[in-house]
Amino acid sequence: MSLQVPTMAEKIAKGESPDILFWVGCAGSFDDRAKKITKALVKILNHCNVSFAVLGTEESCSGDPAKRAGNEFTFQMQAMMNIQVLNGYEVKKIVTACPHCFNTLKNEYPELGGNYEVIHHTQLIQELINQGKLSLQNSETFKGKKITFHDPCYLGRANDVYEAPRSLIEKLDAELVEMKRCKSKGLCCGAGGAQMFKEAEKGNKEINIERTEDALETSSQFIATGCPFCNTMMTDGIKNFEKEDSIKVLDVAELIANAADL
Amino acid sequence: MTIQIILFGLISIAGIGFFAYNIWKIRDNIRIGKDTKRNDKKTERIKTMILVAFGQKKMFSRPIAAFLHLCLYVAFVITQIELIEILADGLSGKHRLFSNSLGSFYVFTISFIEILSVAAFFATIIFLARRNLLKLPRLNMKEMMGWPTKDANLILIFELILLVCIFTMNGTDEVLFNRGISHASDVQGSFGFTISSILGPLFFDSMSNSSLLILERIGWWGHFLMVIGFLNYLPYSKHFHILLAFPNTYYSNLEKKGKFDNMQSVTNEVKLMLDPSADPYAVDPNATPPSRFGAKDVNDLTWKNLMDAYTCTECGRCTSSCPANVTGKILSPRKIMMDTRDRLVEYGDGKRKNGKDFEDGKSLLGDYITQEELWACTSCNACVDECPVNIDPLSIIIDLRRFLVMEESKVPNELTGMLTNIENNGAPWQFSQNDRLNWANEE
Ligand code: SF4
Ligand code: SF4
Repeated sequence: MSLQVPTMAEKIAKGESPDILFWVGCAGSFDDRAKKITKALVKILNHCNVSFAVLGTEESCSGDPAKRAGNEFTFQMQAMMNIQVLNGYEVKKIVTACPHCFNTLKNEYPELGGNYEVIHHTQLIQELINQGKLSLQNSETFKGKKITFHDPCYLGRANDVYEAPRSLIEKLDAELVEMKRCKSKGLCCGAGGAQMFKEAEKGNKEINIERTEDALETSSQFIATGCPFCNTMMTDGIKNFEKEDSIKVLDVAELIANAADL
Repeated sequence: MTIQIILFGLISIAGIGFFAYNIWKIRDNIRIGKDTKRNDKKTERIKTMILVAFGQKKMFSRPIAAFLHLCLYVAFVITQIELIEILADGLSGKHRLFSNSLGSFYVFTISFIEILSVAAFFATIIFLARRNLLKLPRLNMKEMMGWPTKDANLILIFELILLVCIFTMNGTDEVLFNRGISHASDVQGSFGFTISSILGPLFFDSMSNSSLLILERIGWWGHFLMVIGFLNYLPYSKHFHILLAFPNTYYSNLEKKGKFDNMQSVTNEVKLMLDPSADPYAVDPNATPPSRFGAKDVNDLTWKNLMDAYTCTECGRCTSSCPANVTGKILSPRKIMMDTRDRLVEYGDGKRKNGKDFEDGKSLLGDYITQEELWACTSCNACVDECPVNIDPLSIIIDLRRFLVMEESKVPNELTGMLTNIENNGAPWQFSQNDRLNWANEE
């Protein structure tokens, strides 16, 4: 079945107002790996008949990397333009699969005039399961498999969301194995604070390698992530250790979509 | 006796006076910082302070260190009760003024102090060993060389001397009492303090009455002088945290850690750019244009950043959890705090000496903290989460970055590209905004 991805403009033209806006984010829109996460989430939304829309070509960078890099001008320009668009469509609720967009929209937009209820996609999926709209019963895909969850800094420490992604992994009937540094003590993947877009400073190791070692220690078959940037960093780390065959990096949305056979 | 009273009074006044002067200086220095609102949500603030400072909640992620630290801390707090008697005795020329009137409660209190002191004694020895023999990595990094290490050891040695004084004072007095010549009582007997009633006879029984009387005085005066000395050492030391931990946790950032402040000065300009017809003064008629964007020196930081710097215990928990630091980068959030304090002391002294417009050609950014350190930060908040006294090194790092980027255009090359892309096509990469929905139709 092909994906149903209505835009806000289309919805409004039809006189409909969707319940929730899916904020795709730059990585989710352009990065080949992250696009798969985007699609997995859309499959779930379609399957559950969620009334949603995207901004499509009207979406622009949330401004997070600019702000963390110290360029407040660029950040606020982005923020205010986005807020104009969002307020124009009278958006109330936003879901995103990117913790950086999540954090910025949720915490930094309100003072600039953008007040929305912002949730992370793992929280939305959790809601859908709790409401009975999505069922993972009888799914054997991940039964008995070991999965470890890497906490994205901007979801965990930055916003205290630790349970939603974990509860989803537990729904898979899989064994959730924690890394030695997890939850509020989780180690960064190395991408935050605009590091994704530059070489690291001089040191004796890459941060994603250090973090991949934590994950490998758990001898899991899957590393679950909730952030497109963490996903890239961990995937690169696994490649570095040439472990692509024994351990896969998947977003929680992908795990769920696979398990539900979507 | 009168000489002793006068001497005691003079030392107390001088000691407390000098301490007060130093506190005033520190307060003055903290007020160099820019304003930031930390007066809301009073109940939540008090709760945070009780949990984090008083209850030392965040220490307990490392249980052994936390337990030892707790021994020292509780002993320190409880020992201060004894100080009340020392002050009363010292000023009245009496001896153990409260022992008769308080009776068994007195015995209980002193015994309690003694037991805690023994615990503190062992904790101190272990702390010294951990620092100097085990060479715990986080306590022996580059920024700890020289004064910081001496400072840490000095305070532990102070603590040991203080404890020895307490037991000398109580132990000798016990033996004197056994012999019926303690100044506390004219009969013969035992104070019945848990520890010194055993240690006293064990160590001091062979001594003559006159030596005991002298030794008792040495213990008493030693105790008093150590306390006054300690008090005046605090403002120069990382141990100032025993006082500042309380206000510093009270004024904690209560927002989500991921939320960075939105610079109001920028908001005003951006509003004007997006809507040229807007009234530039409508936003806030009292807004004065900022002297600069971001922070170059300590006077650009907020007072909370500066209070953080004075509160830092140099424990290095932040640094040992910092992803940049554990992978060998030179960034160390502890060093950020230590640099801020050092520069603030220098800047504050200079300002008091040379007047308000003091300039020494130096600044926090550049002379203390380098660009390489700043750009290594992933803004992961591990340091903030880890700090046992709720210090926020990240907000200083970001403010310094802002200065680099917005005032000096000193941005790493790759980031310049990223920023240009965002400005031109609304994404950190060179993709057209018109292609943003292409994924929906790709296989
Ligand atoms: S926020 Fe920056 S300084 Fe603090 S731990 Fe993370 S990388 Fe290190
Ligand atoms: S900032 Fe906090 S964690 Fe870091 S050294 Fe200072 S007191 Fe310790």
